[in-house]
Amino acid sequence: MAQAIVGRRYRRRVLVNRLMLVLTVLATVISLVPLVLILVYVAEQGIGSLSIDFLTHTFRPISFGTTSTGGGVLHAIVGTVIITGFALLLAVPIGIMAGVYLSEYPGNAASTAIRFCVDVLSAMPSIVVGVTAYVLIVQRVKSFSGFAGSVALVVLMVPIITRTTEEILRLVPQTSREAAIALGAPKWRTTLTIVLPMALSGIATGVLLAFARAAGETAPLLVTVLGNNNLTYDLFGPMQALPLLAYRYTEQPYTVLNQQAWGAAFLLVVIVLGINILVRIVTRPRSHR
Amino acid sequence: MRTEISADSRRIRLGRQLQHGDLIFWIVALLFAVLVVVLLGAIIAVTWSGSADARHAFGWHFLTTTAWNPVSGQFGALPAIYGTIVSSIIALLFAAPLGVMIAIFLNSLCPAKLRMPIGMMVELLAAIPSVVYGMWGIFVFIPFFRSYISTPLSKTVGSALPLFSGPVNVGRGLLVAGIILAIMILPTIAAISRDVLAVVPNSQREAMLALGATRWEVIRHAELPYARAGIVGGMMLGLGRALGETMAATMVIGNTPKIHASLFQPATTAASLIASQLPNANTDLHSSALIYLALVLFLITLVANSIARALVWRVSRTGSGA
Repeated sequence: MAQAIVGRRYRRRVLVNRLMLVLTVLATVISLVPLVLILVYVAEQGIGSLSIDFLTHTFRPISFGTTSTGGGVLHAIVGTVIITGFALLLAVPIGIMAGVYLSEYPGNAASTAIRFCVDVLSAMPSIVVGVTAYVLIVQRVKSFSGFAGSVALVVLMVPIITRTTEEILRLVPQTSREAAIALGAPKWRTTLTIVLPMALSGIATGVLLAFARAAGETAPLLVTVLGNNNLTYDLFGPMQALPLLAYRYTEQPYTVLNQQAWGAAFLLVVIVLGINILVRIVTRPRSHR
Repeated sequence: MRTEISADSRRIRLGRQLQHGDLIFWIVALLFAVLVVVLLGAIIAVTWSGSADARHAFGWHFLTTTAWNPVSGQFGALPAIYGTIVSSIIALLFAAPLGVMIAIFLNSLCPAKLRMPIGMMVELLAAIPSVVYGMWGIFVFIPFFRSYISTPLSKTVGSALPLFSGPVNVGRGLLVAGIILAIMILPTIAAISRDVLAVVPNSQREAMLALGATRWEVIRHAELPYARAGIVGGMMLGLGRALGETMAATMVIGNTPKIHASLFQPATTAASLIASQLPNANTDLHSSALIYLALVLFLITLVANSIARALVWRVSRTGSGA
């Protein structure tokens, strides 16, 4: 009698065990479904709209009834390169030097406060950053500009670069620093010629991830860069960018433009996911060792 | 005598540092690091001063009134705050259980060979630009949702439950936005839960196994309680991300600053209201109200993230200490 109860309870426990384990597998599969669906859909729609024209022409006015191809997205590609490139130029020195400070001069009140600020910045909604750039630059100058967008992107990039730089510099063995100091090298020389070169690939990883994040950002650009249908190299006027174009063209009633939006989205996904996959493949095995 | 030596040696040390340039290097590094603090300070100062008009005009009532009418100059943020919080909570309701389950799977069940590719795929969800989520939401998910979920639901339980009542033909609405946000915050929750589950000491698992527990019982009674605070922290971080997410919400939520009982009706979030209206704001009061809204949004996310960090920090500290 008692044995039967024990047996029944045991069977129930085994059943619950099996059920829950199957559920975790199921949850993982369910979560990967959207990724697959999104990637397949973007590829399907995006590859179809890719062409030489798409990459080398700018916006062409279209109207209902005509079979115009609607031109291309060259202006958006140029805009993205200029805006994110300029942002990278500003963010890299700030991010790396802040990371150097946090890792090479740790343990004081200043570094704790700075680390806290980096944390707050990295969790800041991108639209709030965009609003700040809007008030600070667009409202003052009374013109939307690629420059304001770059400034907003700098704020989003700096915490990523700072954090990876700090983490990577900490992995550089203390003995390397001591060896350099024992040879009589001052700290700045040790840091610049021994520590930073050893950590260079890791820092490059952080910079790439920051670039990927910024290239896909739309919200801060929406309120600062505005968008532009013409090819322009002027950083101080309204520009176009790939994510911005994808958003604007999606809201248009023309299927030609919707198709181009998917083309732009495909380019973005290829750039952003390409960088992320590359970075992960390069860095994964090292962190395990 | 003694003080003289120490003062002397300090002078020598300072001289040596100046000579070698260490002091200069320290100052340069500190200046760049302080620049990060300045960036944050600038954001707070700018949103504070930029919202001065709206703060003087509406004060605290801004947070509790529902009228949002740029033409008559009436601005109340309650619909936007309601939409932000409700869509984020819906996202959390979907993403939290799934994220924790993924973390359990990757941490204690997944074959070692599959662990890296599956972990990487989940993390890639976080890398997809949010505008792509928005586009996918508009072209694929909303049509699917309207024909298979919202229409049947509103026809059956909709008449009894106002939460699921129609009309559903717009397609864009709170629930759709919540689900898209759930996909976006899933990797955050999964990654943090995985990290805190990984620091559960093996002695805890072994003690449970020694008592004859099944695998699930080890997870349920040893791992999850130990990592609870960190998992909740991961959920709060995900919540913080959902609260501030802009583009995907803007594209699928419908941008209508009204409070509806039904989750199928268009609504708005703070971030999407700012993104859709700030570039076209004609009056100073309008833009000032939107900047005020940005300030409120920043404070909400700051609170969510601070709680999250405190929780995660507590687990990783006790975890490494145990």
